[in-house]
Amino acid sequence: MKIAVTVNGERYERDVEPRTLLAYFLREDLGLTGTHVGCDSSSCGCCVVAMDGDRAVKSCTMFAVQADGHEITTVEGLEQGGKLHPLQQAFWDQHGLQCGYCTPGMLMTSYVLLKHQPAPNEAEIREAIAGNLCRCTGYQNIVKAIQQASTELAAEPAAAAVGS
Amino acid sequence: MATTTDDLPARHSLGKSMKRKEDPRFIRGKGRYLDDIVLPHMLYLALVHSPYPHARIKSIDKSKALALPGVKAVITGEDLDAAKLEWLPTFHGYDKQMVLAFGKALYQYQEVAGVVATSREIASDGAELVEVEYEPLDPLVTPFQAREDKIILRDDRESKTNHIYHWEVGDKAKAEGELDGSAVRIKERILSPRCHPAPLEPCGVLADMNKATGRLTVYMTSQAPHVHRTAFSLVTGIPEDKIHVISPDVGGGFGNKVPVYPGYVVATVASVIIGVPVKWVESRTENLTTTGFARDYHMDVEIGATKEGKVTALKVSTVADHGAFDAAADPRKYPAGMFGIVTGSYDFPTAFAEVDAYFTNKAPGGIAYRCSFRVTEASFAIERGMDILARKLDMDPVELRRRNFIKKEQFPYPSPLGFVYDSGDYEATTQKALDIIGYDELRKEQAEKRKSGELMGIGVSTFTEIVGAGPGKHFDILGIKMFDSAEIRIHPTGSGIVRAGTRHQGQGHETTWAQIVAEELGLDPQELLVEEGDTDTAPYGLGTYASRSTPVAGGALALAARRIREKGKKIAAHLLEASENDVEWKDYKFNLKGVPGKSVTMKEVAFAAYTNPPPDSEPGLEATYYYDPPNLTFPNGSYIAVVDVDRETGAVIVRRFLAVDDCGVVINPMIVEGQIHGGLTEGFAMAFMQEIAFDESGNNLNTNFTEYLVPTALETPHWETANTVTPSPHHPIGAKGVGESPNVGSPQAFVNAVMDALAPLGITHIDMPLTREKVWRAIRDAEAKVS
Repeated sequence: MKIAVTVNGERYERDVEPRTLLAYFLREDLGLTGTHVGCDSSSCGCCVVAMDGDRAVKSCTMFAVQADGHEITTVEGLEQGGKLHPLQQAFWDQHGLQCGYCTPGMLMTSYVLLKHQPAPNEAEIREAIAGNLCRCTGYQNIVKAIQQASTELAAEPAAAAVGS
Repeated sequence: MATTTDDLPARHSLGKSMKRKEDPRFIRGKGRYLDDIVLPHMLYLALVHSPYPHARIKSIDKSKALALPGVKAVITGEDLDAAKLEWLPTFHGYDKQMVLAFGKALYQYQEVAGVVATSREIASDGAELVEVEYEPLDPLVTPFQAREDKIILRDDRESKTNHIYHWEVGDKAKAEGELDGSAVRIKERILSPRCHPAPLEPCGVLADMNKATGRLTVYMTSQAPHVHRTAFSLVTGIPEDKIHVISPDVGGGFGNKVPVYPGYVVATVASVIIGVPVKWVESRTENLTTTGFARDYHMDVEIGATKEGKVTALKVSTVADHGAFDAAADPRKYPAGMFGIVTGSYDFPTAFAEVDAYFTNKAPGGIAYRCSFRVTEASFAIERGMDILARKLDMDPVELRRRNFIKKEQFPYPSPLGFVYDSGDYEATTQKALDIIGYDELRKEQAEKRKSGELMGIGVSTFTEIVGAGPGKHFDILGIKMFDSAEIRIHPTGSGIVRAGTRHQGQGHETTWAQIVAEELGLDPQELLVEEGDTDTAPYGLGTYASRSTPVAGGALALAARRIREKGKKIAAHLLEASENDVEWKDYKFNLKGVPGKSVTMKEVAFAAYTNPPPDSEPGLEATYYYDPPNLTFPNGSYIAVVDVDRETGAVIVRRFLAVDDCGVVINPMIVEGQIHGGLTEGFAMAFMQEIAFDESGNNLNTNFTEYLVPTALETPHWETANTVTPSPHHPIGAKGVGESPNVGSPQAFVNAVMDALAPLGITHIDMPLTREKVWRAIRDAEAKVS
């Protein structure tokens, strides 16, 4: 099936098998391997990407054809003009990652969270990232990182806009 | 002597919370994990699994699968047997394991055939089309059934029994005599249940046989790439120089990526035969059902003591469930790993431990999940046992522990089960924990709450770990001694490359290894590139697991750096126009003794090593060190959990958790704290939610993340951490390793806290995981007894 998807600001027209999952479309057709796959049951959240800027979706649970006509932002789309997104910087500053496998999904869920709730408290952050599993960090530094990014984005709201 | 981090002298690079050098690629989604690697003309492998835990394979029909367009090959156990590749040796060499089920399938989900195709989807479709006819057999689901030998699992072995081995250490007669003569004695059956490390990145391989060069390149999710290269060479007969193992970025390991799995072998065989690259990446279900599990120890723990609470003897008898093959990656001399650490932090005059292991119709494994060779089981046994003893003595569990701690002046301490503990100050570590948590206040609060029937519990765990295998004279894998290695090359401009035989999976070696070398050489850690995981370039090492990287490779790094310093001193003397005897290394540079201000830096020395070396000397500046540690290291910790249990629902809320760790000298406090947070979260998971359980027919009940739970940010408690520093006296930089301490030390703190909460109901022990339902049932049964 022919689809047209805008990914990280760039429009792609591709012919895909109907059963191709969005995660594998991004990884294998577009070579965007930052989006990971860690389970078969939509549990781990390693594959989360942002759809139309304001929805966090598990790309292993969506067909590529369902993304037709939509805008997708992946972890590769966060950095703008050579400057890390405040979330990326904060995950680095706060030691919010270890093996790095959950990190792209965690970043994208956080990215969408901060779009909807620019100043979430700890409980709200923990609830928002509950669909993203991490085996390494125990989440504490991830929470701190999201808080740091929230503070920084509040100081310069323009940084929040990505891929548009 | 325990100190706090603040008391240590200012350092150049050690002890600093340097941000991680590996992070810039991970936060950009530019890590390079196994499944990210794509090679031209690559094929994909999918596996066919047995639906039965125990069944005779009557026939396998490949024809429909082979007829599917895109399918290139279907491989069965019979095919591998013809190629003499059906059986693999296990790491300690005492057993062998099937690659593909051959004759019989021995556990549910065991790999029966492999389908190689042009896409991952076609390979999966092809796997569905392989028709296997089975004759189901009665399964052995528990080691207690296996012990009866009514059904013999392994036709291939000469001895017709399911008993794998008996192992023991200590003086049985003396321990039993002391127990019989003890004023107070406890005995409890304690299960450390089968669980699974479940790293977020599943296991996988990309095998690439290049027929033009005759070289086989194997990209694989490996915690021990050199060992895997040697194993591949031994099994296939391909000379080791023709095998190149690359372990790319690894998305978590926790011991799950130490063994060799059937998928690796089948993909490699397929690539060798077909001559194109073949990739296999397992699904989460394959990961949870077939790859290296952890624990499954049923332990009878007996402790004797005086009425004053002085322990007199310990006896632990264990029945171990090893699954269908004895594939636990233990050193040869230690089939039950380091289980002899079961005397813990306590000065037992006598002790005895024994383990009997059995085959069952379950996946093989046993050594994994952030555990240095059965230390988690041992630590759980003794820390639960001490709590049960404290209750019998009607004594505070902290007080009982204090009366029995090995005292700091007793180190080096020879334990009754044969280890020599290097150092520790258990009293100081524990006191710090009690002070921070406000132990006495918590006990007062608990007493108040108990008056109104509220179930509040405080659980302690004052554990001692044993990590850092070697020494090589005692520990090996495949006969290879458990040393580790480092190679350092300093470039003319004073930057350099550092390579080690370890392979990190999130531990941060790219940062901490640079810090160790920078500390020794006075160079900038930002300009020391760390590389691991490529067997063509890294020196031979045994890999990263069992908290051995810092104790072993960390030592190799420091000692390789000191070799560079030795050579550097000669160059410095040449530059300072002085005798080498008049030059000393101080304040991170070479100084001319007695002449203040006359000095050269390592950077200047590095430049001279290439541009102006001393006459008649070898140019260049590099060194290699293979370090065989003289002893293991013994990190310790004092952990305290505070819980509230809801009497109506059995729900447990972890109100506070404090971990005070002593891992010796700390390389990077931020990374150590991160490791502790992660390990505590895994310990929390084991205590409250994780088990690979089976029904009575041998069906695996926990085959994906909806049934095998990983804690989310919602359940995970807030972690409090602190530390004391008791350097390891034999380690080159005094470090002990920390990765596994929080996982080894925490489960019993949680369980002790819940049992403490339930003490007024007379509940002594509940096996992990302490799910809401199990706790609720225990409360209901206890209340029924009372009323």
